[in-house]
Amino acid sequence: MNFTLKIWRQKNRTDEGRFVEYTVKDISPDASLLEMLDVLNNDIVRKGEDPVAFDHDCREGICGSCGLVIDGRSHGPNRGIATCELRMRSFRDGNTIVVEPWRAKAFPIIKDLVVDRSAFERIMQAGGYVSTKTGGVPDANAIPIPKPVAEEAMDAAACIGCGACVAACPNGSAMLFVSAKVSQLALLPQGQVERTERVQRMVARMDAEGFGNCSNNYACEAECPKKISVEHIARLNREFIRAKVAG
Amino acid sequence: MKSLVKFFQSSVGKKIAMSLSGLFLCTFLIVHVSINLLLFVNDGGAMYNEYSAFMSSNVIIRTIEIVLFLGIVIHMISGVWVWLKNRASRPIGYDTYKLSDNAPLSSRTPMLTTSAALVGFFLVSHLITFWIPTRFGAEHKLPYVMVSEAFSDPTLGIFYIIAVAFLGFHLKHGFQASFQTLGLKTKRYLWLIQSLAVIFWLLIPLAFAAMPAYFLWFR
Repeated sequence: MNFTLKIWRQKNRTDEGRFVEYTVKDISPDASLLEMLDVLNNDIVRKGEDPVAFDHDCREGICGSCGLVIDGRSHGPNRGIATCELRMRSFRDGNTIVVEPWRAKAFPIIKDLVVDRSAFERIMQAGGYVSTKTGGVPDANAIPIPKPVAEEAMDAAACIGCGACVAACPNGSAMLFVSAKVSQLALLPQGQVERTERVQRMVARMDAEGFGNCSNNYACEAECPKKISVEHIARLNREFIRAKVAG
Repeated sequence: MKSLVKFFQSSVGKKIAMSLSGLFLCTFLIVHVSINLLLFVNDGGAMYNEYSAFMSSNVIIRTIEIVLFLGIVIHMISGVWVWLKNRASRPIGYDTYKLSDNAPLSSRTPMLTTSAALVGFFLVSHLITFWIPTRFGAEHKLPYVMVSEAFSDPTLGIFYIIAVAFLGFHLKHGFQASFQTLGLKTKRYLWLIQSLAVIFWLLIPLAFAAMPAYFLWFR
């Protein structure tokens, strides 16, 4: 398959950046989008130019490192997958593909398609943890958790923190990410110790980082590679109200 | 007080203020449309005039009216505040952005702001045309006469119909969204919220639109 690529190139944080067009030829339909970028970078390096910088690690949809806006959609046109899982057969041969970085004030561009997502880490540091006793590993069955609750907490825990929700949201809101983390811990007995403080601290950090407000259009849920439900956002709101009333 | 200010300064708090004020304004719509439906009673407007007089003179109603204005102000301020913060959160936009693949038309920001602006403009003109003369006018025509004259004017009548259509559009998103913001939208109550939403985004605007339509085309 042959493609024309329109890729965002930006030297560093302060550079203005611009789109550059490239052509790639003889790409396997089974290649992932990242592998296609690898092929492109080989060509660029052979020419003695600077390769396109993009984030990646596990390349099997579990680490949350990769993340590109492809033809106007976070992680590309297919639902429930990360960029690394996107195969080139999802595109028409000969098409132009627009590849952009996540765009949000809270995710400044470091280089080309790589953005600084440390805002997510700071939100986690603000409250995305539980208090545990040090020592031996406790028995897994010591704390009974009803199956439906465990399932729901697990669904929330599936969030890989890639930032697709922020990228897809017209307001650059991080509510789906924060709600998944708050929800996961609020549902489980282990998360009860910091329950009241956690939601307040994480929301305060989210606001301080410059993410927008949720306007309930649920583009985040549609683009999430782990299909995190916006029901968790409702739970986050509930937790926030509860914390303010209880606290 | 300090914690309350902090609450409403947060992103979630602002949305809660917007939801609560929005839902309060929705309850007002029920009262308003119920009284307006009296226009269709075939008594030359006697019952409508009587209820209008009651609404302008009753102490309780006039007190609630102040709360209502406060609700409008809170809804507007929180809306503008949220909108400004959201604009600032993505200073550089995308070259290609296909939100349309993921979000219903009524939930998208340009539609929300346009419908909000039009409903706001309509509200002001509506207050000038009907509310101010009946409340503060030394001598004014009977409410039924005012309404039938205004709605018989095609410009005013059609403007009214367009405005309530936008109100319906605004509520198509707003009503159910407020339950999400208040944390009440769960799988268990989704059917109830969606059913109630139809009353607000479809039935009430249709009832409002029926009034100018009646005076313009069916009387």
